[in-house]
Amino acid sequence: MGATELPTPGINGTGLGQQSPAGGASGDPAAEMIQLLGPDGKLGTDPVFSDYAKRLDPEQLRGFYADMAKVRRFDQEATALQRQGELALWVPLTGQEAAQIGSGRATQRQDYIFPTYREHGVALTRDVDLAELLKLFRGISNGGWDPTENNFHLYTLVLAAQTLHSVGYAMGIQRDQKLAEANGSNDPKAAVVAYFGDGASSEGDVHESMVFAASYNAPVVFFCQNNHWAISVPTEVQTKVPLFNRAKGYGFPGIRVDGNDVIAVHAVTEWALEHAREGRGPVLIEAYTYRVGAHTTADDPTKYRESAEETAWRGKDPLDRLEKYLRNEGLADEAFFEQVRADGDKLAAHVRSTTQNLRGPNFRESFAGVYAEPHPLVAEELAWFEEYSAGFEGDEEEGTGN
Amino acid sequence: MTTMTIAKAINEGLRASLTNNPKSLLMGEDIGPLGGVYRVTDGLIREFGADRVVDTPLAESGIVGTAIGLALRGYRPVCEIQFDGFVFPGFNQITTQLAKMHSRSGGKLTVPVVIRIPYGGGIGSIEHHSESPEALFAHTAGLRIITPSNAHDAYWMIQQAVDCTDPVIFFEPKRRYWLKGEVDIENPGPASDPFQAHVLREGSDATIVAYGPLVPVALAAAAAAEEDGRSIEVIDLRSISPIDFDTVTASVKKTGRLIVAHEAPTFGGIGGEIAARISERAFLHLEAPVIRVGGFHMPYPVAKVEEDYLPDIDKILEALDRSLAY
Repeated sequence: MGATELPTPGINGTGLGQQSPAGGASGDPAAEMIQLLGPDGKLGTDPVFSDYAKRLDPEQLRGFYADMAKVRRFDQEATALQRQGELALWVPLTGQEAAQIGSGRATQRQDYIFPTYREHGVALTRDVDLAELLKLFRGISNGGWDPTENNFHLYTLVLAAQTLHSVGYAMGIQRDQKLAEANGSNDPKAAVVAYFGDGASSEGDVHESMVFAASYNAPVVFFCQNNHWAISVPTEVQTKVPLFNRAKGYGFPGIRVDGNDVIAVHAVTEWALEHAREGRGPVLIEAYTYRVGAHTTADDPTKYRESAEETAWRGKDPLDRLEKYLRNEGLADEAFFEQVRADGDKLAAHVRSTTQNLRGPNFRESFAGVYAEPHPLVAEELAWFEEYSAGFEGDEEEGTGN
Repeated sequence: MTTMTIAKAINEGLRASLTNNPKSLLMGEDIGPLGGVYRVTDGLIREFGADRVVDTPLAESGIVGTAIGLALRGYRPVCEIQFDGFVFPGFNQITTQLAKMHSRSGGKLTVPVVIRIPYGGGIGSIEHHSESPEALFAHTAGLRIITPSNAHDAYWMIQQAVDCTDPVIFFEPKRRYWLKGEVDIENPGPASDPFQAHVLREGSDATIVAYGPLVPVALAAAAAAEEDGRSIEVIDLRSISPIDFDTVTASVKKTGRLIVAHEAPTFGGIGGEIAARISERAFLHLEAPVIRVGGFHMPYPVAKVEEDYLPDIDKILEALDRSLAY
């Protein structure tokens, strides 16, 4: 099919995807990692990606910081709400802000995002109302927001299932663009980003999605946040080679980026999205990061990992290093950071009050969405339920004296 | 009216869908130049090109999962699963994703994906090539399941499946692929509603409900019973989810007796569902318990003994005898 009709896949001349496996010469698994902004807050250089970093103006850099601070504050508030019984479960993202804000801010409006279930930061960059996001975790919706409004798909809880949806969606974009070009349309080209974690990388669907993406040269960027722990199972159990190296086996570029460096994440994602939009095929990005908190609020990381590991990663904190950079370069003053804190508190208060006011749906609504077209069984069961419920109305009146 | 086989009728139906709906496309392994292992997609890649008739990698989850993505982008993919027993690697995508996307999104998203599955035995094949997994899918809300038993239905029902906004599992009775029948390509006639059961033969002593590959068997059993002076009504269910219980109930109220025949194991199957519902709806009209004729609680047996496993005319007649003895 498209393998012959659509553009031929190929790795361009950047050498990306050609890196040697980790533990090679240096023995350091992160040796080939793209990093621009170090934990010391100093900006380094990279032959390919510094050019991308140069595109960023101070306003954008401050925006990155504000976004990361906002989503971290949101995360703290949601965790507290769960502890207070307002949410059934919460999936914290603290530590992964740079991976999410950097990549999310690299997308354009016409791109479509398939998240897993921890992409609260990406949701923020796509203007999804974070209170809508909490509906899922409050147990009042299995979705929450309209995915078509911001091109941000619903969360997917079955690991890696969305990676295939993303490739299919990208195949649809390919067909749409072919038709648009034939009609002389100048619409901006689009790509898809599929988020998944190091744990999900073991799922067969990730493999199949990469096979399909390569076969059809689909405009998709696979964005793996390697946060080192799939609940209690470390990355070493998921893979014997660095995850980004797997791309080589499928025939497209793989890049490992410092996932706590928002500038580098933004740069590599922009590069990958341009690569995909231009018809040069898929890219795998492995954002090397760390889940500082628990997998979910039901998890207890003290049972399976050393606190020293957590402390070491806190030293690479994505917010701290950007703050250092902004202060050192004179790009932000104390007033800016105060404003960011104030905005965070405002958001937290908004999220708290909105969440507490989020009421559960009427059970009858559950019948409405099962099928798009009328369905006799659903209609029959709803009718039964109405009749059954009506039988209690009198009882309630008696019981409450209403 | 033209005469064609069921396989050809599906082929023509797919051709019509591809012609009428520029967003429809076919996906599956070997469906391109080969035309599918049963040649159901024969010639379509030449006519519509490789972007509309997509030869996929050998990966069922990949086929279904990417079809979901295409549907989210506004396309109407028709997936071919090569054999019934190979659908299970795609089962996760079908049941946890495809079936639920519409309800999870509060109706904002639709995934009009069709999954074609050649199913059922009687072709003397090897392991995993002769199964009847319809009950496993019917238990999942959000899916619609239909199965034609003749060429006219095959031609129209596949097009209706493509037009349906909900996901549809389209079970094709593979041992009937070469069964010829008349097809009116101008007018669907009573086939215009794919979810309605059809009374194929009227009778007054008992009703036999069958679908897909067993419909010709049920008709033959009814003809044999007639020679013994029994008047048997035969219903082609056509839709396994939803089930047209109104048509079945009306028939049972007339005949007082019901036999449900399918190839799938009877335990936990569609026949049990029909028996339970009809017991609720027409208990006082029943002269005998509803009797199921189907497969045994075992993996599909090897081809050399599958005749003992499959419902045939004699097994249906035996069930009729038991029913009429009450």
